[in-house]
Amino acid sequence: MEALAISLVNAVPLLAGVPLWAVTLLLMVVVAAVILVFALTFEGVGSLVLRKVAGDIQARIGPNRVGPNGMLQFLADGVKLVLKEDLIPANADRLLFKLAPYFAFVGSFAAFVVVPFGVGLIAADLNIGIYYVMAVTSLVVIGVLLAGWSSNNKWALLGGMRAAAQIVSYEIPVGMALIPAVLIAGSLSLQDIVRSQSGLLGIFGWNLFHNPFTFFSFFLYFTAAQAETNQTPFDLPEAESELVSGYNVEYSGIRFGLFFLSEFGDMFIVATLSTACFLGGWNVPFFNAGTLPWIWGNLFSLGVFLAKAFTMVLIMMWVRWTLPRLRVDQLMRMAWKYLVPLTFVNLLGVSLWLLVFKGKGIPAMIASLFG
Amino acid sequence: MTTRTDALPTQEMTINMGPQHPSTHGVLRVILTTDGEVVTRAVPDVGYLHRGLEKIGERVTYAQYMPFTDRLDYLAAMNCNCAWAWAVEKLAKIEVPERAEYLRVIVCELNRISSHLIAFGSYTADMGAFTPFLYGIREREHVNDLFEMICGNRLTYNYARVGGVSGDAPPGFLEKTKEFLDYFEPKIDEYNNLISYNKIFVHRLANVAVIPAEEAVAYGLTGPNLRGSGVPFDLRKDEPYSVYPKFDFKVCVGTGERGTLGDCFDRYMVRINEMRESIKIVRQAVAQIPDGPVLAKVPRLFKPPVGEVYFRSECPRGETGIYLISDGSVNPFRLKIRTGSFVAMNIFEKVTKGLMIADIVAVIGSFDIILPEIDR
Amino acid sequence: MEAQAIFDMLKGKFGDAVVELQGEGFSPAFVVVAPAEVNAVARFLRDDAALSFDSLMCLSGVDYKEKFAVAYHLHSMKHRHAIGLKTMLPRENPSLPTVDDVWPAANFHEREAFDLFGIAFVGSKDLRRILLPEDWEGHPLRKDYKYPDFYHGIKV
Repeated sequence: MEALAISLVNAVPLLAGVPLWAVTLLLMVVVAAVILVFALTFEGVGSLVLRKVAGDIQARIGPNRVGPNGMLQFLADGVKLVLKEDLIPANADRLLFKLAPYFAFVGSFAAFVVVPFGVGLIAADLNIGIYYVMAVTSLVVIGVLLAGWSSNNKWALLGGMRAAAQIVSYEIPVGMALIPAVLIAGSLSLQDIVRSQSGLLGIFGWNLFHNPFTFFSFFLYFTAAQAETNQTPFDLPEAESELVSGYNVEYSGIRFGLFFLSEFGDMFIVATLSTACFLGGWNVPFFNAGTLPWIWGNLFSLGVFLAKAFTMVLIMMWVRWTLPRLRVDQLMRMAWKYLVPLTFVNLLGVSLWLLVFKGKGIPAMIASLFG
Repeated sequence: MTTRTDALPTQEMTINMGPQHPSTHGVLRVILTTDGEVVTRAVPDVGYLHRGLEKIGERVTYAQYMPFTDRLDYLAAMNCNCAWAWAVEKLAKIEVPERAEYLRVIVCELNRISSHLIAFGSYTADMGAFTPFLYGIREREHVNDLFEMICGNRLTYNYARVGGVSGDAPPGFLEKTKEFLDYFEPKIDEYNNLISYNKIFVHRLANVAVIPAEEAVAYGLTGPNLRGSGVPFDLRKDEPYSVYPKFDFKVCVGTGERGTLGDCFDRYMVRINEMRESIKIVRQAVAQIPDGPVLAKVPRLFKPPVGEVYFRSECPRGETGIYLISDGSVNPFRLKIRTGSFVAMNIFEKVTKGLMIADIVAVIGSFDIILPEIDR
Repeated sequence: MEAQAIFDMLKGKFGDAVVELQGEGFSPAFVVVAPAEVNAVARFLRDDAALSFDSLMCLSGVDYKEKFAVAYHLHSMKHRHAIGLKTMLPRENPSLPTVDDVWPAANFHEREAFDLFGIAFVGSKDLRRILLPEDWEGHPLRKDYKYPDFYHGIKV
């Protein structure tokens, strides 16, 4: 960020008199605002797409009243959420009740900071990127647990307890399934991981095709991450037909909106992580975006990255509208008896592979055969 | 490290499930006592929809009671209409024209299909898959179109009359019915592919709330709930009424194909398979229907002889028994309606012991209860 | 088995406790028994190999104006025959033994008869009002029931 500030100061003479820390701070605020706007837009549009996709899958039309083809439905929804009365139950723990949505929202929003949107488009290329994402998305569980507890509602409490158990359990397979990408890239930075997948015509370098174990770990990650973000078939904390609406049953207005937004944010984060770690990030098949001029290269890679990420989001929606829900004991059994051992074995496999073949993947070996 | 369970006192939690809850299929209230997620006791509390239908029956004439039977089970109003008509005809010894009986069977079986579609759809929605529900609704609309054609209504049909039906099938109705059957039959396979044999769905239902055959009989379960336990008992076959003996169809029973015999999955599958049998019956009825009048000459006010009749017919939710006592006047002296859902609620507390909260939803859905029928 | 044969069988077993057979105009026919013997008769009907009425189709309370009655409709899955069992009760403090230990299905029906007629089933495992609120006054299906004007201050 500071390097960017220095180059900005050099490029714009007007800023020469301003102290460097102020420029850096300003830049940070601007970037944060841009990311926030992006996240909110994505979440708004995402909710519309979700409903449209749901309509398509369910043989009905979906929203079509607000704006052309219902395109502005998400704005109407947003306005509705903001304008609705913010109810707090009489016996709720008021402080925690008010605090909970922020935890959930911050948890999912903060993760956007390290998402590598393009060749140079990343808010903060932290050298502990993946670690950071894992850490901040875990903040969501605190929000959910607080919400369930402070609502003073037994259904909400059950939802909160389920969420806590679920997210904590699935954190482990999620982390273990991501480590192969880290091993291959030799770095925790998401940008480095994406760069490590750039070779071999831009598609065979993807970690997905690196070796059988990484192929497998992509699916392990995707499954576990669905569970970690409470998506169907793992949406037990919300479980509309069992727990009414789970931890957020007592929330209304914008506080409910924040939970709603954080849910979409989580969905996108899962999509971006699987894109960045397994699907080559912003790398395009048969083309190197890095050779383009800075502005075009970034725009192009941004488009590619978003296309991949949205595809993943659409797949998640497809799954969501197709599968029924697991039961709580089945969910836990799946995490501890299947996913955790599998991800460990998988990690071992990847490590051995890297050791034995000196870090080379199958496509690279085939490529070397042909010189 | 030593475990200190004594320092962590745990407590059972009492939760009120309903009467407003998305998956209690109406205003059923279940008082759950849970130990965490495990239900130690689930006591159903019914009666929120009690309208005194039996008391009303003592105040109106036999013919006037017909619209009330629509409200007995709004998802299978045709079956209730016809059950009432059959019961009164048995009491008053009224002969019904054959064409009317055929029309009754056609609408009853169509209504059984549409009712089972709702049962199937709402059950999958209870299990967290919302899409199949809308598929069920999509097909049900076609049945409603047919009913609108024949009686003008889409939910409360009021079609049967004591002595026949209110009107003959309009031209084109039988063809439309055939068209619908051709369209609908492959859809059942679609449902099976989409959800019935979905692994998660099977895991949620198999081996849950197993009711052995003897227990099902002792608790008086009827209809798909009884057949789900493997008892091949169907009033249409075993105590034939109307023109049912003329049709060839199979009694579907649970087989325990994915779990234990008598579990939720068996009860679910019985309903899916019964839709096929209903298609068969309607096809035969449409092919064989004779010409003739559809309503016997029955006076508006008639006085059945003194006597008592218990008539039971196979409704989608089990046996609907109508116990009628006549004192020779124009209105019933006493009317008792025994319904499948009411009896199914009796066994609820027993089968839900030790299940999880999510299973409670599965059990309620597998009984396919409907509250107006329980509360009357 | 025919109703007459069942009646004779019961008469031979229980003697005077079996009062009469209501055949003409009744479908199915009713065997009328004394209230005190209901449970014993029910158990015999279920357990006797030739009868084996394993299924209680319906249990209804009836108000015959001068007397109350409880009517049981029985069916046998094994022999596929049906019979009615009826017992007459006085209007004052009507009570009789429960049959829910014979057919568990009886419980909800008995609760309903208790709720709407005020008939007490002695020995029932759970006899509470079922359709009406716990604090409802009177039993609506009785012929002499007076409709209340108010319930908890709410106009009915």
